[in-house]
Amino acid sequence: MSTIVSLPDQSTATMPKRSYLNAEYGLKSWLLTGDHKRIAILYLISITFFFFIGGAMAGLIRLELLTPQTDLMAADTYNKLFTMHGIVMIFLFLVPSVPATIGNFLIPIMVGAKDLAFPKINLLSWYLYLAGGIFTLAALISGGVDTGWTFTTPLSTHYLNTHVITAGLGIFVAGFSSIFTGLNFIVTIHRMRAPGMTWFRLPLFVWSHYAASVLMVLGTPVLAIALVLVILERTIGIGVFDPAKGGDPLLFQHLFWFYSHPAVYIMILPGMGVISEVISTFSRKRVFGYTAVAFSSVAIAVFGFFVWEHHMFIMGVSNYSALVFSLLTMLVAVPSAIKIFNWAATLYKGSITFETPMLYAFGFMGLFTIGGLTGVFLGSLGMDIHLTETYFIVAHFHFVMVGGMLMAFLSGVHFWWPKMTGRMYPEGLSKLAALTTFIGFNLTFFPQFIVGYLGMPRRYAAYPPEFQVLNVLSTAGATVLGVGYLLPMLYLTWSLKYGKIAGPNPWQATGLEWQIQSPPLTENFIETPVIDYEAYDYEWLANKTKNEVQTVG
Amino acid sequence: MDSQAIATHPDHTHAGHEHPPYLRHHFATVEQQRETSSFGMWLFLLTEIMFFGGMFAAYMIYRNWYYPAFVAGSHQLSIVLGTINTAVLICSSFTMAMGVYSAEMRRKSALVMWLLATIVLGVVFLGIKADEYHEKWEKHHVPGLNFSVQDFVRVNPAYPEDKALPLDMAEKTQVYFSLYFAMTGMHALHMIIGISILIGLVIKAQAGAYTQGHMTTIENFGLYWHFVDIVWIFLFPLLYLISRHQ
Amino acid sequence: MSEPTHHEQHIVSPKLYGVIFLLLMICTALTVGASYLELGTFNAVVALGIAIFKATIVVLFFMHVKYSSKLTKLTVAAGFFTFCVLLAMTLTDYMSRAWGRW
Repeated sequence: MSTIVSLPDQSTATMPKRSYLNAEYGLKSWLLTGDHKRIAILYLISITFFFFIGGAMAGLIRLELLTPQTDLMAADTYNKLFTMHGIVMIFLFLVPSVPATIGNFLIPIMVGAKDLAFPKINLLSWYLYLAGGIFTLAALISGGVDTGWTFTTPLSTHYLNTHVITAGLGIFVAGFSSIFTGLNFIVTIHRMRAPGMTWFRLPLFVWSHYAASVLMVLGTPVLAIALVLVILERTIGIGVFDPAKGGDPLLFQHLFWFYSHPAVYIMILPGMGVISEVISTFSRKRVFGYTAVAFSSVAIAVFGFFVWEHHMFIMGVSNYSALVFSLLTMLVAVPSAIKIFNWAATLYKGSITFETPMLYAFGFMGLFTIGGLTGVFLGSLGMDIHLTETYFIVAHFHFVMVGGMLMAFLSGVHFWWPKMTGRMYPEGLSKLAALTTFIGFNLTFFPQFIVGYLGMPRRYAAYPPEFQVLNVLSTAGATVLGVGYLLPMLYLTWSLKYGKIAGPNPWQATGLEWQIQSPPLTENFIETPVIDYEAYDYEWLANKTKNEVQTVG
Repeated sequence: MDSQAIATHPDHTHAGHEHPPYLRHHFATVEQQRETSSFGMWLFLLTEIMFFGGMFAAYMIYRNWYYPAFVAGSHQLSIVLGTINTAVLICSSFTMAMGVYSAEMRRKSALVMWLLATIVLGVVFLGIKADEYHEKWEKHHVPGLNFSVQDFVRVNPAYPEDKALPLDMAEKTQVYFSLYFAMTGMHALHMIIGISILIGLVIKAQAGAYTQGHMTTIENFGLYWHFVDIVWIFLFPLLYLISRHQ
Repeated sequence: MSEPTHHEQHIVSPKLYGVIFLLLMICTALTVGASYLELGTFNAVVALGIAIFKATIVVLFFMHVKYSSKLTKLTVAAGFFTFCVLLAMTLTDYMSRAWGRW
């Protein structure tokens, strides 16, 4: 079943003389670069910055919830904190997390191209991201927004005096950054593949990014127009969503969730791509049912546009329409389950090793499954009425987004760190971090399922005293989780200078990116590669390594 | 270990292709570069479809809800000006298409001439639009800033067979005018962006940038301009025409 | 270079552009004329039908989609499809929201 691959001896590995990191020097060579790898690093630095800002706000929220009373901060401040936490984490961290960093770095290499199709637009997308980030920070510093990250009308248009316009503009601009990233990926995957790289030889990472990119390109503009209308309503008072003038506030939610439900898949699909790569590499087996996994990504993307109303079941939408959307929602479970089952089948009889990326991937599989199954609860009409607007839903989407996506992000960062920097991170410490994250995560969010099921509403600074035990557990877990996220930040930075030299293929993975030097050259490949092997072909890799040893020896 | 030990195809990369200065380093052939940027432009237009799509969806829903208000609202628009503007925009699409043709034929002065004609027509369109906006302002039909239901609670002199609207329905004309301004405003914004880009294109075309075989920019801009035209092709009947009869 | 893209770049003749231009102008006149007729609900149908026809010939000839790759055609279709999803799925709510209420 699986091929036994021995990991290469890293003591003899040397850093290549020339790479994308030392091709040019100076700040200008980074800020004006067209190189997708450098832009990926720029993105990595900026999203990490926003992640820790959002994380700090999460910490404050949990601290406030330590006691049933509103004692640490005013209820107003609490509203602003959870709003800004949501905006920063979703639009400035989760949406660009894997695609703009790991995807940006790897997609051209995986398809065998020298760069993305439009390098300048790629750089522009980073600057737009920064501009969006600055708007959001400006909204934060000048006093924050308290609409919730959903900008629900008429609350956002009429009843609040906070910086809705600034934050809305931030999201609008960051949205265009995401559109341009998606557009670049789609064009690159269609038009820049190397000779021999057929669609079914593409790594599943590329497939899932393709699906996510389609969602970015088709969904984001609808959010953009919804936000433009909200901003126009606040500034000059047009009446598209204003009930006093005849508008329907629910229409805003339709437009908002038409993007924001697919956005959930924009966030999770790239993570699923990472997991496919990691699981296959560390069980040394071709991903079970490659075609099914590839098409399940596309299916998730397509179904994503048919289910948005399940976010609005209790908002006064038509019962009949809710019935239709509830049924359609169940459809999404099918491709998601296909992925989970196929990953499990890939593990079966593989020669599994437990490197750090694999630990994170196991974390993903478990937590995403729980997150996904609770999603089925929320998608069914009757249950939803009881559970939505409670901590159950908070726990549900944190299981998918943090337990799923963040685990996948960390898995991917660890997996490709040697490729990006040419150096290994400390193995023991990173395993400890993976374990800490997993324990901290469960301690934080599992109690929230229970407390939500018991009826604790979300978005309140105070709660009845009988929920305190579970909330204290959750806050304690958040502390552990915080340590789990700080650790990688510290040792990965440390490894930039002191880490062991990795060599081109430390994991003996089959992807095209592992067949070139680490860190790669600016032009990725010296000559255009011609692909003559299937994806995840470990036999091919074993033969290739054997031949190399013979020729060298 | 040789890190470049993948199978390569040495005579694939450069041999056999001339390397014109406009071929970017990461493309193998001019044809690939052209196909790629055209596909990129189409994807961008895809996002534009969805951007305007949100407003068209809103229009459809509210028209069904507040049909009498939409009729009364559209009776305040000038069909003559709308028709002239439609004709102007179709002319500008034609001049743009001829511009693309001139670039294909590598005729520099013709290209510059057609692009200038497109600019002029675009400006004429915006001028007429500005006049219409001004009229709306004078008549207090701008929701939020300057609105009064006066014109709708009494019979419109231009349409004596129309009944006056009851006050609550008359208030709903604000939804019609909100959509009118949002949709035509976004359309006008796209025109302004387009004209600004066109000015840059004319300057570069004058220097001969698009008549030496590399004209992807002109082609792609043409796609954008035609798209803006198509948006108007739908806005015109929806806002001006279809509610003329109740 | 992945998909075969060997079709020749088709140059549309000015004559065809002229024909399309005339067609568009005639359609504009038709749609304005039709709006003065009393057709009931068909006023909207006729107006939208003409608009769709005009948009189609602009896309096919001015935007060269008729001579473009399958991929371009697919892209246009995808945009149209998603727009229809937005309309249709939103309508499920608006159509049936009042059912059973009065």
